[in-house]
Amino acid sequence: MKLKLKIWRQKNSDSKGKIVDYDIDNISPDMSFLEMLDVLNSDLISKNNEPVSFDHDCREGICGSCSLFINGQAHGPDRLVTTCQLHMRKFKDGDTIYIEPFRAKAFPVIKDLVVDRSAFDRIQHAGGYISVNTSGNTQDANSIPVNKEDADLAFDAATCIGCGACVATCKNSSAMLFVGAKVSQYSLLPQGQTEASRRVVNMVSQMDLEGFGNCSNTGACEVECPKGISLDNIARMNRDFIKAKIS
Amino acid sequence: MLKKKLTYSLNYRKPKAEYDGSDELMICIRYYHKCNKTNKTKIIKKSTGIKCKLSDWNIDWHKTPDRSPVNSTDPDFKKKNKMLKDKVKKFDLIKSLDSPSLNGFSSKLNSKLPPGPIDKKWINYKNSIDLVSPANKRNIDIIVVGTGLAGGSAAATLAELGYNVKAFCFQDSPRRAHSIAAQGGINAAKNYQGDGDSTYRLFYDTVKGGDYRSREENVYRLAEVSANIIDQCVAQGVPFARDYGGLLDNRSFGGVLVSRTFYAKGQTGQQLLLGAYSAMNRQIARGKIKMYNRHEMLDVVLVNGKARGIITRNLVNGKIDRHSAHAVVIASGGYGNVFYLSTNAMGSNVTAAWKAHKRGAFFANPCFTQIHPTCIPVSGDHQSKLTLMSESLRNDGRIWVPKKIEDVNKIREGTLSPTQILEENRDYFLERRYPAFGNLVPRDVASRAAKERCDAGYGVNNTGEAVYLDFASAIIRYGKEQALVNGQDEEDKVIIEKLGKEIIKKKYGNLFQMYEKIVDQNPYETPMMIYPAVHYTMGGIWVDYNLMTTVPGLYAIGEANFSDHGANRLGASALMQGLADGYFVLPYTIGEYLSKDISTGPIPNDTDEFLNAEKESEEKLDFFINNQGTKSVDYFHKKLGKIMWNKCGMARNKKDLELAIKEISNLRNEFYKDLKVTGDKNEFNEELAKAGRVADFLELGELFAKDALKREESCGGHFREEYQTKEGEATRKKEFQFVSAWEYKGEPKNSVLHKEKLDYENIEVKERSYK
Repeated sequence: MKLKLKIWRQKNSDSKGKIVDYDIDNISPDMSFLEMLDVLNSDLISKNNEPVSFDHDCREGICGSCSLFINGQAHGPDRLVTTCQLHMRKFKDGDTIYIEPFRAKAFPVIKDLVVDRSAFDRIQHAGGYISVNTSGNTQDANSIPVNKEDADLAFDAATCIGCGACVATCKNSSAMLFVGAKVSQYSLLPQGQTEASRRVVNMVSQMDLEGFGNCSNTGACEVECPKGISLDNIARMNRDFIKAKIS
Repeated sequence: MLKKKLTYSLNYRKPKAEYDGSDELMICIRYYHKCNKTNKTKIIKKSTGIKCKLSDWNIDWHKTPDRSPVNSTDPDFKKKNKMLKDKVKKFDLIKSLDSPSLNGFSSKLNSKLPPGPIDKKWINYKNSIDLVSPANKRNIDIIVVGTGLAGGSAAATLAELGYNVKAFCFQDSPRRAHSIAAQGGINAAKNYQGDGDSTYRLFYDTVKGGDYRSREENVYRLAEVSANIIDQCVAQGVPFARDYGGLLDNRSFGGVLVSRTFYAKGQTGQQLLLGAYSAMNRQIARGKIKMYNRHEMLDVVLVNGKARGIITRNLVNGKIDRHSAHAVVIASGGYGNVFYLSTNAMGSNVTAAWKAHKRGAFFANPCFTQIHPTCIPVSGDHQSKLTLMSESLRNDGRIWVPKKIEDVNKIREGTLSPTQILEENRDYFLERRYPAFGNLVPRDVASRAAKERCDAGYGVNNTGEAVYLDFASAIIRYGKEQALVNGQDEEDKVIIEKLGKEIIKKKYGNLFQMYEKIVDQNPYETPMMIYPAVHYTMGGIWVDYNLMTTVPGLYAIGEANFSDHGANRLGASALMQGLADGYFVLPYTIGEYLSKDISTGPIPNDTDEFLNAEKESEEKLDFFINNQGTKSVDYFHKKLGKIMWNKCGMARNKKDLELAIKEISNLRNEFYKDLKVTGDKNEFNEELAKAGRVADFLELGELFAKDALKREESCGGHFREEYQTKEGEATRKKEFQFVSAWEYKGEPKNSVLHKEKLDYENIEVKERSYK
């Protein structure tokens, strides 16, 4: 395959970036998208040019490091995959591909396609935990049965990989899907009840502080989420939030 | 067994006659022991730290009834005699001296195993460890490098106990460490299924699974605390799979005959890591953990022989920093990426562990690598990493290749599909060779069996390196069960298939989806293709029972250490070990060391030791940036990977290993001559970060090959072609029942081998059979 790439290049957070064109040849449809970028980079290095920086680590769709806005879609055209699991067979010979970083006020660009998502960490510091000591001196794991449906829903919410695709996709750069998923995981489990009110209020206020926008229920985040996190989690968070505020 | 004798003596440094009665001399304990086999007597002399005037010394101490060597003429004679007796008591209990440790085994390796019966060792020891008071804990700093299951749980627990923790990870968030990719589950001896599981059985399975190359005491402790891990994680809100009664569900894993694996679909590692991450978040919010994301450790700093800090590089702006602490914990994972292609993350590296090794920590069993049987086969030269398909799939998937070579050829040509091959023409080779365990044999056994079939020409893809993992019979089995439950027709193939696929989807949905995305084939319709790939490294930094390395104050936990899995790790045990080390072991054992450090005060980070280490790190980076070479880092890494896989992979032999040592050494020379790193030092520069990591892999790789060469036996993941039975099974050797711990001496070729003897008192060492 032969492709035309239009990639966002930006030296660092202080400098201005721009789209730069690259032509690339001999791409196999079995390559992953990031392997295609590896090929481009090794080409750039051999010509003494600086390779394109992008975040990536596990390359199996679970660590949430990789990002990339590909032809206007977070994690590219395929459904329910991260960029590292996207394969070149989803593209056609001769295609032009735009590659940009995840853009949001709360995700400043570090270099090229690498952005700073530490805002997500700070939201979790505000309450993304159950206050239990790690001594192991807790009660037996089976002493509180958990309804299977609730346990499964909590699990579904907990599979969020924190990649930020929801934020990048949202026209308001809202992080509601991410925060909703984390709040839901705990609010669906009996262990999370004690601190439920405090948790949701603190996490939402930290979210606002970080400069994420609000939710206008377009549902775009759910569509682009590589893990299929459901919009229901936002509704659940809103319910918990109102409950906490009026009780 | 040994005959032994203890005596007191004074440490004369010159002829006796030259001393005066008022001279003070150090009292020593002499420990004589004699090996029954060789009949040789050895003496160990150990200083007690107690001094006595020559005039107060009772030469005939052994003739007095209470056997006290200090005369009453010494004002402190009572105290001194008591102290001496205590020393003798302690000395006598050290097991490493009881074993014939000096008979070819190294005196530098003191594993500090506590006395007593195995099921009491940990409890008794835990009760005797010196504690650090809460007021003192807040004056003690601890550095944790790596934030996976081991590092994350350790950082959280140490902070919770009151220590000041600085945690470091190279990823952009601690939640992204590669523990997150573990799929199948975590073992714990809970016996919720009532199938006869117990602490002892988990201990037994782990030692046997490790091919009798792990330390009994450590493994027993691991099994003991395993049940606590599940309690802890549930309390933290980890959403494990449950049954309809709301209780926790279990599945089986390879190498065992009970169901003790807890899981969260195919994302158990993710859920456990997020649990540890949430515990960290709580401590970060309390200000007890200071988190450094996108920071890479470049060196360990030793002050007066103790680990007192690290040098780091900020990966965003390139800034080099010096961080001091009272103790340093390495939790940086394994070194599987020395093979270039592995199931490890792209960034996983050996640098932190290797730098610790270069500063004096012995590196144990580097050749013990786990090759995981069920990974997606390599598709071409562009491949950057390999993807694992969880071992849990072997619960329901059957592994096979065609019996007839003509069928293999037709499959490769694309004229025959595997579903068209009749049952009688399929070779379910694991079920054939190992009827007792079948498809659930341990990983090393399954991997070698697949390699054996592929080497014989039966590989089912174009590279000849793939076997089938087939779910067709599981789909029918589940479908029939469900049809019966639903009251539907059990003979209707369409209904059965539909129901069966639904159940398989519930169990392994995300894995099947992952496979389909990568390979572009539907595994519900056609069998998966799999092949072994490098997955985990049992070897790592040598640690004692306290998880301390041979450098005082330097600890290693999780995959970074060597301690629990011997020569082969059982499935779902890595998560268990990481969390056991971090939550329940290290936070206690580190007190043994830190309790002696309470009056040290803050450690300055501007001493010569720190400044020199910083300078060395800077110089190395400058070297990479300024080197006028022509080849990229990846070029060397790929080349190293090829050598490792071809010559130190699933099967090894003397000739290849000797060649590998030479080739790696040459490649290392070429690397320093011809490496090109683009960009600058003071900026985000992934090439520069990679250069440092590959430089360390190039040293480790050679030590790996050397270790494999010296271990003239087959055991676990280490298979030497020269040492196998007629049936192709591994031949273990009694004389290799030891841990190889390597001491750094410059080039890997100069590394010195130290042996730690492994004794099995609670398990009979048997031929490991899964037939």
